[in-house]
Amino acid sequence: MKTNRASLRLSMVPYSLWIILFVIAPIGLIVYYSFFDLSGNFTIDNYKNFFTSVYLKLTVSSFWYAFLITFFSLLISYPTAYFLTKLKHKQLWLLLIIIPSWINLLLKTYAFIGLMGLYGPVNALLESVGIGKQQILFTDFSFVFVSVYIFIPFMILPIFNALDKLNPALIDASRDLGANAWITFRRVIWPLTLNGVKSGVQVVFIPALSLFMITRLIAGNKVITLGTAIEQQFLVTQNWGMGSTIAVFLIVFMVVILLLTSANERGMAGSGKKR
Amino acid sequence: MERNGKLPKIYLTAVFLVLYAPIFYLIFYSFNSGGTMSHFESFTWEHYAAVFEDKRLIVIVLNTVVVALLSALISTAIGVMGAITIHYMKNKAMRNAMLSMNSILMVSPDVIIGASFLILFTLVGIKLGFASVLLSHIAFSIPIVVIMVLPKLQEMSPTLIDAALDLGATRKEIMSRVILPFIKPGIFAGFFLALTYSLDDFAVTFFVTGNGFSTLSVEIYSMARTGVTLTINALSGLIFVITAGLILGYYFISNRPKTPAAGVKR
Repeated sequence: MKTNRASLRLSMVPYSLWIILFVIAPIGLIVYYSFFDLSGNFTIDNYKNFFTSVYLKLTVSSFWYAFLITFFSLLISYPTAYFLTKLKHKQLWLLLIIIPSWINLLLKTYAFIGLMGLYGPVNALLESVGIGKQQILFTDFSFVFVSVYIFIPFMILPIFNALDKLNPALIDASRDLGANAWITFRRVIWPLTLNGVKSGVQVVFIPALSLFMITRLIAGNKVITLGTAIEQQFLVTQNWGMGSTIAVFLIVFMVVILLLTSANERGMAGSGKKR
Repeated sequence: MERNGKLPKIYLTAVFLVLYAPIFYLIFYSFNSGGTMSHFESFTWEHYAAVFEDKRLIVIVLNTVVVALLSALISTAIGVMGAITIHYMKNKAMRNAMLSMNSILMVSPDVIIGASFLILFTLVGIKLGFASVLLSHIAFSIPIVVIMVLPKLQEMSPTLIDAALDLGATRKEIMSRVILPFIKPGIFAGFFLALTYSLDDFAVTFFVTGNGFSTLSVEIYSMARTGVTLTINALSGLIFVITAGLILGYYFISNRPKTPAAGVKR
């Protein structure tokens, strides 16, 4: 077994190097840079700045949009996942739900620019119904809608897995004991699939906090999320210090959300992304 | 369900319609001879021809594919080593620490990965461009490979290795003839996921790409900001076909080796 240990050590090297270089170092650098201002002086001004009204407003609105996006994704995904588990070829249908999520994100977003544009089919429909042309693009509605569209498959997957694992005998038992459909759902189905919902919320809420491409293309810079702010500070203003500070807070929020939504059982990691 | 009313079907149909609407909308107008996405004039292949005539675009597509293939290959190799390292680690605390390190990059928002890598590359002095994009794609693909390979290792019975040792196998043979064949489905799944993650990535690439180097996502982003050209539509038609092909490939490969693996198990 001695040689075996040695070879294990050898296979450890590239992976450990990766952890040090691309996991630990980047986070350390973000924290380090958050203490420098534009001219390279060591300072905690960035943190003071973060607690000014501009950034606080930004954080609150970012959370509000992420909440809306997560809420509507859940509202649409839960019934979808539930109905899917009742279908005959459910795995195939699930695959069909997943396929759009494999199409390049940018292309789908680009399509919505056309779909929701002033001369697009949605407005044509609105006009024929008699509502008339509306400015849909560059509004809060279009931002939330497109984001929900992007995240739905990631929400459906874990919920589908949870519902699929549910023992149907439990539902029968609940009905036999006189519970109606609503009580069965509230007292039996929902608690037993809560872990699926939690990992769904996890894979939607955190990315929703940090969206920046959709805010630019669909919301026309009207919506600014934490992600947009970081991108702005890093690539436009070149203020890496402030950008890093916002990133530090985003990491803190991320950890809190992970703790709040971590499933009780093992196996939550990647459950949203698998398959 | 016996009382399967109409409602579930209508609901699911609506969800599917919305999910596929943008994709088919793009593809539909890629055949439009008129220059816009609102009035369909007549059928044409000209936008597809335009894709193949655009040398810059072809270079970008090649860049994207090369980065995806290379990063998927390298990250699969490192990821498999990582999964084996984690799996055979004796120290439980170290093991859990490694596992959580592994999941950090999986759950980190793209913006943070991009920004922190930008700092890292600038500090170390790596020129922004092909190298930085490739390195970051490798970096964010490794945890995915680990996550896909680990369950396969856990499925494998340790008696298999004991048996191989008893039969006089060297450690090399155990690796190449016992462990690797057993975890092959996981390796393939990891490789294909890494490939698609790389092809799909926008945010990280956007941060670490310099001026001269561009991938498809970044290019589409700047095209979408400047205005509508149906070349993008044609491109998306092509990408849809290729993606569907990749998914089918992944589907068949991940479903195929199940029988021999099950045969080994017993």
